[in-house]
Amino acid sequence: MIAFVLRRLLQGIPVLVLASVAVFLILRLVPGDPAVSLAGPDATPDQVAQIRQQLGLDDSLPVQYARWVGQLARGDLGSSIRGIEVSRLLKDSMPSTIELAIAAYLFAIAVGIPLGVMAGANPRSGWDWALSLFTLMSIGIPSFLTGILLLWVFGVELGWFPTSGRISLFSNPGASIEHLILPAYALGGNLAAVLGRYTRTSVAEIMGQDFIRTAKSKGLAQHAVIIRHALRNALVPVITITALQIGAVLAGAVVIEQVFTRPGMGRLIVEAIQNRDYVVVQSTLIVLVVIFVVVNLSADLAYGFLDPRIRRR
Amino acid sequence: MTEATPLSTLGRESWRVRKAHESMLFATVERVLRNPLGLLAVCGLLIILMATLGAGLLSQYSPTDQAYRGAARYLAPSLDHPFGTDNVRRDMFSRTLFGLRNSLAVSLAAVIFGSLAGISLGFISGYAGGWTDAIMMRFVDAMLAFPGLLAAMAILTILGTGLVNLAIAIAVFNIPAFARLSRAQVLVEKNRDYVFASQAIGAGPARIIFRHISRNAVPPLLTQVALAINSAIILAAALSFLGLGEKPPEPSLGSLLNDAKSHLREAWWMAVFPAAAMAFLLLCLNFLADAVNEATSPYARRKV
Repeated sequence: MIAFVLRRLLQGIPVLVLASVAVFLILRLVPGDPAVSLAGPDATPDQVAQIRQQLGLDDSLPVQYARWVGQLARGDLGSSIRGIEVSRLLKDSMPSTIELAIAAYLFAIAVGIPLGVMAGANPRSGWDWALSLFTLMSIGIPSFLTGILLLWVFGVELGWFPTSGRISLFSNPGASIEHLILPAYALGGNLAAVLGRYTRTSVAEIMGQDFIRTAKSKGLAQHAVIIRHALRNALVPVITITALQIGAVLAGAVVIEQVFTRPGMGRLIVEAIQNRDYVVVQSTLIVLVVIFVVVNLSADLAYGFLDPRIRRR
Repeated sequence: MTEATPLSTLGRESWRVRKAHESMLFATVERVLRNPLGLLAVCGLLIILMATLGAGLLSQYSPTDQAYRGAARYLAPSLDHPFGTDNVRRDMFSRTLFGLRNSLAVSLAAVIFGSLAGISLGFISGYAGGWTDAIMMRFVDAMLAFPGLLAAMAILTILGTGLVNLAIAIAVFNIPAFARLSRAQVLVEKNRDYVFASQAIGAGPARIIFRHISRNAVPPLLTQVALAINSAIILAAALSFLGLGEKPPEPSLGSLLNDAKSHLREAWWMAVFPAAAMAFLLLCLNFLADAVNEATSPYARRKV
């Protein structure tokens, strides 16, 4: 097990290094002098020189990269054009995005897995058709399109849910959840369909195996067979799939935040790109990439932990 | 064939027909068209293609001119303006058609260039093997580790926004998947006898890869092409929706939906028509991908 964990950690390192080099290069590849663009149009040559020195742009690229990584490791993410520290911007915007991602995951798990289990245990039943219909509706249509249609029908026409903004979960849980339902459906619908499909395949495969027949023939009720015997084996691959979707969910959250006008990391990064606030873009991207790589790695490790056969590969 | 056909030409004709049938690409196209869903998808896509290419003829209004011929704001759909008008008096029918055209152009260009680059990389990597392969594949892994939207955002940060840069960003996003798939194809093909035969008569690697291996390795990748166009359209729309695509007043599916979002209360038609156009396009592409997959993979083929 220890060898397996170490091997996976070692495999994660080159990905992180290459990804961080790519993000680091954003600021250096921007056409023109980054110091000039950071200083803004009204800056005097002195100010530009000062920024150059602050950023250490006179050093060689590897030196700059090493220093940048060192700063990141100490939690120093730089500051925006307006002089606000990026770590503060992130602290303000991250809870909203994490809330949305978790809500989407909860929705997907609550809908996708039961639907997948029922469809897998009863192929060609009403459940199976319901899953097919749900998949067709959610996978074919991108999440932001679903979001806009939900916004129109349930937000504007019916007025059941608020159309924009976010309320902190801790200050007012009821209103917060009300603001989360539509975005979570838009973001989680796709994920629910993916989970449903995988669960269905996995359960259907396991339901045909000998140990299930044995369980059935010793007189266990259908639900006990499914829950005690089939699910235990069927959910192992599903857990990995769930975690591997984190990239899609994070990227989707960026867009969904824009649909429902929620302040969050998505808004932060989009506004930063439009304002050419490169430090903010760079730091937000690296934070997202680190989250992404760490979650993927944990999924891999969890997979190995749950299924000992994986470790030997 | 009529009975009067002389024997000598008959032989030639049948040889030609056989050769056409032996080409995997031709066979794939034929199988796609025989599949009802495939035929439906191809017809739907042809309609979209003709509507977008002839957008200027179909619509009498300009997509970008405001207050054209004295139209009002928020006009509901009517005979004159089938999709209504928007918040600044532009004709939505025209904007939807031209928006579809921009979105399609960006996505197709991105997939064509991205797949060519990715397939070439994969061919070279797979055929060369060894260190070249190991290094190239680590790069591909790192690119795959990046969620596509974020990677495209990073590229747009460097290049700046705009239609051409959007296409470049999406093309780059397409490279890793094509590189991985085409490499896997080459690893299988390069150990076939015909490759050894070409090597034996002294053909160089470039000739073997692009003249011999590619003929057999490319058709199975066609499913990925159809899927890639699908996701390119979604990605392009998402980026335009975020305001990172074309410059206004130029329309695209994404920016039309972004405009519509703020005017849902006044004009539902601003959202519904572009949304329906996009959903129809994606549906056709999904069916096409399924049909191509059935045509190229013997396992997926429908059991009749």
